[in-house]
Parts: sequence; structure tokens; C-alpha cells
Amino acid sequence: MAYSPRNFKKASVRALKDPALQRALLNVKRGFIAKRESAKANLPEFDTLREEARAIRDHTLTHLDLYLETFERKVADSGGRVHYALNATDARDIVLRLCQEANAKRVTKGKSMVSEEIGLNAHLQASGIEVVETDLGEYIVQMRREHPSHIIAPIIHLNKETIERDFRRAHTKLPPQRRLDQTPALVAEARQIMREKFLAAEAGITGANFLIAETGSSVIVTNEGNGDLTATLPRTHIVIASIEKLVPTLEDASVLLRVLARSATGQDITTYTTFSTGPRRSSDPDGPSAYHVVLLDNGRSEMLGNEFADMLRCIRCGACLNHCPVYGAVGGHAYGSVYPGPMGAVLTPQLQGIDRARDLPYASTFCGRCEAVCPVAIPLPDMMRTWRERDFARRNPALKERLALRLWAFAAKRPRLYRVLSRTAAGMLARQAGRRGRLKHVAFLKAWTATRDLPSPQGKTFHDLYTRQQRSKRQ
Amino acid sequence: MTDPGEARAEILGRIRAALGAERLDRARRSAVTRRLERHPRGTMPQRAKLSGDQRVGLFKDMLAKQGADVSRVATPKEAVGAIASYLGTCNLPPRLRMGADSVLAALPWREAWDIERSFGAAQAGDRASLSRATTAAAETGTLFLLSGRDNPTTLCFLPEAHTILIAASDIAGSYEEAWDRIRAIFGEGSLPRSVNLISGPSRTADIEQTIVRGAHGPRRLHVLIVGAA
Repeated sequence: MAYSPRNFKKASVRALKDPALQRALLNVKRGFIAKRESAKANLPEFDTLREEARAIRDHTLTHLDLYLETFERKVADSGGRVHYALNATDARDIVLRLCQEANAKRVTKGKSMVSEEIGLNAHLQASGIEVVETDLGEYIVQMRREHPSHIIAPIIHLNKETIERDFRRAHTKLPPQRRLDQTPALVAEARQIMREKFLAAEAGITGANFLIAETGSSVIVTNEGNGDLTATLPRTHIVIASIEKLVPTLEDASVLLRVLARSATGQDITTYTTFSTGPRRSSDPDGPSAYHVVLLDNGRSEMLGNEFADMLRCIRCGACLNHCPVYGAVGGHAYGSVYPGPMGAVLTPQLQGIDRARDLPYASTFCGRCEAVCPVAIPLPDMMRTWRERDFARRNPALKERLALRLWAFAAKRPRLYRVLSRTAAGMLARQAGRRGRLKHVAFLKAWTATRDLPSPQGKTFHDLYTRQQRSKRQ
Repeated sequence: MTDPGEARAEILGRIRAALGAERLDRARRSAVTRRLERHPRGTMPQRAKLSGDQRVGLFKDMLAKQGADVSRVATPKEAVGAIASYLGTCNLPPRLRMGADSVLAALPWREAWDIERSFGAAQAGDRASLSRATTAAAETGTLFLLSGRDNPTTLCFLPEAHTILIAASDIAGSYEEAWDRIRAIFGEGSLPRSVNLISGPSRTADIEQTIVRGAHGPRRLHVLIVGAA
């Protein structure tokens, strides 16, 4: 099945029936959610910082042109160069040209979602450049010719047995009888393989978590140290980042750092946070001789003026993915976009068009957890609803869909009728479910019950319970 | 491909159009200039306000939680011994790569211990390195290392064991205070080529969320705190 948001429904069904994927997805719940909760609990100021983080992002976005100009000037002052790219094609061409100018045949890469967004690797490889992903997860993704399935945990969809098989297939020069059944052995092997790549590369490409206008720096936030070896060892360092990554000052970056790692991995801070400013100075014994920043627009400037402007606050922590029941059930690949989960359901239609990505905004129960855990308070459910409205307005909904909605609207506008109907339906479903408390088949709800049971209503409607509660309060 | 100069004008133009902003709008410009000049601080965690030994204690606890080995000595004289015995604990030969840092150079290297030192950027075969952190933030146990001849950046990433020395008096409470100490050296709006915030040994949790130390950078991080707070 092609990797495309068009195939979301088919891919989701397949994902739900994939036992290995389902086992791997348990790690999302086991890991991220509890760790974030405890990191947040250990920082009483978290909610205040979240508000400040949101305000910093809003301020930056409403002054983005000016901060970009400042950033560009500061980069030039420190001996680096800024390149603007309107779209993915331009960005790929600029990076290719920079690699060619640096005479780079071997390129190492730190993890970068923007490079995934523009399909950079394939473009460089087509011109004969060897590109090696150095983040452990991304390295495995590249080895398997897949896409990352999570914006901060690229191989959350894999189990270690699968990775062992991949390593044995790819690393043919190592003794076949070596033991690889434990995670540390896999990590050690990747470290050994990657060392040579780091030392041989002529250019290193990294993304950026932030760009600092005050100093002209690019910032990467990592745990492995691969991003730093990528940025430090080769002659040329190329940073690829989208324009909204700007942040005014070091103080602003500090506030964002306090909420970023806690929301992402549940760490208080990642092991490495690196501020890179220009190429090596005259007295420096190491570091690249050339430093470039490629700034990508690719639809962002348009978002700045439409209903999805708030999405540009996103700092790519992945908390909305981790807490999303839909993501947790189907994983990242089903979305057919490098940005999956709630943030992807808002971003992908903007990047690829609502026509291609029309199913993604529906991939939500509107439970609201994504917005609740977002460190910059992006109203993700509201924006998914906006996409649904746009989708509904632009296409010609099926007669069945229109009739169903009209019927529902008819009842909803008549509270008494609505109460009678909902009470009757709830009672019937509860009786039908009996003691099991769940339904395997329900008329008109085959799409739901094909892959899961419907929990039965508890007998009383919300209105009934509310009335009873109010009454008992008065007594 | 779009001409690079055109792309720049186009993007900035689109942003202004989307924001309904004029390029020369005075109020917007002064808001930006003011923020860059004053770089106002956000909320700093209460715990960043600890001082003295309590601050050093927090710094140590955070680093230990993140998997670093932390030790503290009262005088520079004891530092060399602590470094030597750490190399021993790691089963590493008494050899170190280090930069030209004057504080590190002034340690009493020859008095009792026999550590072989070489200088400059890290090389592929180096197993242990020594750097000095200019400052640190106790709030998360984060050391700030500045690139240059004194403490080459590669020392932080290539060798398998990295020792970072920091004077207890150089440990700040928060990131913001650490930035101000760096501004005091490099001036407003300027940074060395690389500022590396390090908060533990290299690690990965990519495979099944299992934390493994020593992904691509040092497997072991030794933080050596010297002197009184």
C-alpha cells in the first residue's frame, strides 16, 4: 500500500490487525505518558511556563519577518550564510548545491523532520551522494527503507527482534554468530558502524529545534550525541529548518527548553542541547569551516494568515501523538505523512492539500488530550474541526450522510424529542448488551463494530443523571 | 529553481501580507529591538534560587539522576587524583586528551599522579578527555561548555569517557544566570561557535523505550566539582 494520507482508512485497518505493531505501540503508553506526568509534577512552575512558552511563540510569529531579518544578519556576522527556500523543491536543490560546492560525497545527517518533509535523502542520493542517518532510530528507518512513525521516536513501531534481523541482514561484515538479542548489543553495534561514517563525512546536515535571532544560532536538542558529531566533524555544516523555528532570545529559548523535553520524553532536559553559531573561528581547533542555514517556507507563510496560524507555535515535542487514542491504536505510518497524530492531522492537509489528506482531521475522537498536554496550548481539536468543516463544504457529501445529519439536527433542535429518543436508544442498547456490557454488532454502526466492540450505555442518559444529581443537591 | 534573492523577498513579503504588517511599522520594529536588547527573563523555577551548598547539592542530584558520575573535591590539588582514580574505575589507561584551558593547565599534574596528557581536538582513538565548563545551571544539572582552543568541542563527543571539571563557584542556579555569565565574557548578542549544554552521558531510548547509555557520545560522564560554593 502506498505511503499516502489518502490510504489512512485502509492503512488503519491493517495496523489494527498487525499484532507486532500493536505490541510495539504499547511502548508509547508505557513510556511517554507516565514520564511526562512525573516530569511535570516535579516542576511546580510548569503551567506558568506553558503560558509563557505560548506567548513567546505568538510574539515571534507576529513579528516573524523582523526576527528572520535579524537572524539572517547575525548569521552573516558570525561568518555563516542563510538561504531561503520557498518550497520543498527549492530546499532540496539548495542543499544539493551546498553539498556539491563542498565537494561532499559522503554526508552524515542528524534527525530532521523538515528533511523528511522535503524528501531530502532521495534527492541527494540521486546525485550520487551517500547519505547516512546517524540517529539510531532514523538509521534503522533508513536501513528498512521506511518512514519514521513518530516525530521524536522514529522506530516506536518496531520490536527489538525485528531490529536484530535487520542488523544481521545489513551488517554482513560482522561475525554471524554474534549475540544481538539485547538492546545494549544493538546500540553498541550501531555505534561501532557509525563511527567510521562520522569521521569520513565531508558534510553534516542537521535540523534545528530553535533558531535564535539574538545570536544567529541554531539549536539542536538530542540525547545520543549524533547530532553534535554531525555538526562538528565535517568541513561543512548545513542546517535545514522551517521559518517558524525562530525564537527571539536566549532567555526565550530557555523557557521553551523547560517545557520541551518534559513534554517530549519526560526528561527534565535532554542530554545535549547545542547552540551552533557560524563556522569555526580562527583560533578554533575543531568545528566546520562552513555553516549554512536553509530556511524553508513550504506553506508556513500562508498558515500565518489563515485559521491554522496557531499550529505554527508547535515545537515538535510529540506529546499530542503520545496521548492520542487514535495514534496509540494505529501508529504513525497509517497517517501516510511524516507528521502523524493530532499535529499531523492539522499540518498535513496544509502541506499536502485537504484533497489528499481529507481523512486525517477525522482521525480524532475530540477527547481533547492533545490540547491539554500541548506545551504551547495549540487548540488542535478546534483546528481539526475547522478542517472537517472545510472538507464538508468543498465536497458533495453522500445523500446518506446528509440525511443522517439532517435527522440528527431535527432532533437536536427539539430538546424533549431528543431526550425521549436518546433515553429509548440508551435503554435498548443497554438491554441488548445485557451483562457483558458491550455490543458486537449494532445497526448502522458497522464501521465501528467491525474492528471493536461498542461499550453499551449505562442505562441512564446524561440528562437523567444530571437532573437526579441536581435534585439530590437541593435536598 | 526560484532565484535565492527572489525567494527571500517572496517569503518576507508573504509573511507581511499574512500579518497585515508594513515593513517599516515603527511599533513592531521597536517591540523587536526592545526584546532583543533587554532579553526579558521568563519564570525561573523556585529551585533555581537555592544558593551555596544547597545549589551544589541540587546540581549533583540532577546529574546523578541523569546517569553522570559526580564527585567533589575541596582543592585543585585533589582534582588530579580524582581524575586518575576515575580513569582507573573505568578500566581506562591513564591518558587524557584536553585543550589549552589555563585552569586545567594549572592543576598540579606532576605532583603525585602519572597521567599522560595530549592536547588539541579529539582524535579517533582517544578514549578519555577532560574539559572545563565555564558555567552550569543547577536547575537541571546542566554544564555549559564553550568551544575554542581551551576546550575543543570534539572532546565532549568522541572519547568514551569524558570528565568535566567545574568550580563550585561557577555553578549558577538557572539557565538565565548561566547565559548572563557567558554574555559577560563574549558581550551582548555574541556566542562562541558552539555552546554545548551537557546534562549526562550519551543515551538513547529509541529501541522499545529502553534507556541505553553510550549511544554515539561518551558512555560515561564524570563531573568533578572543585572548591567551595
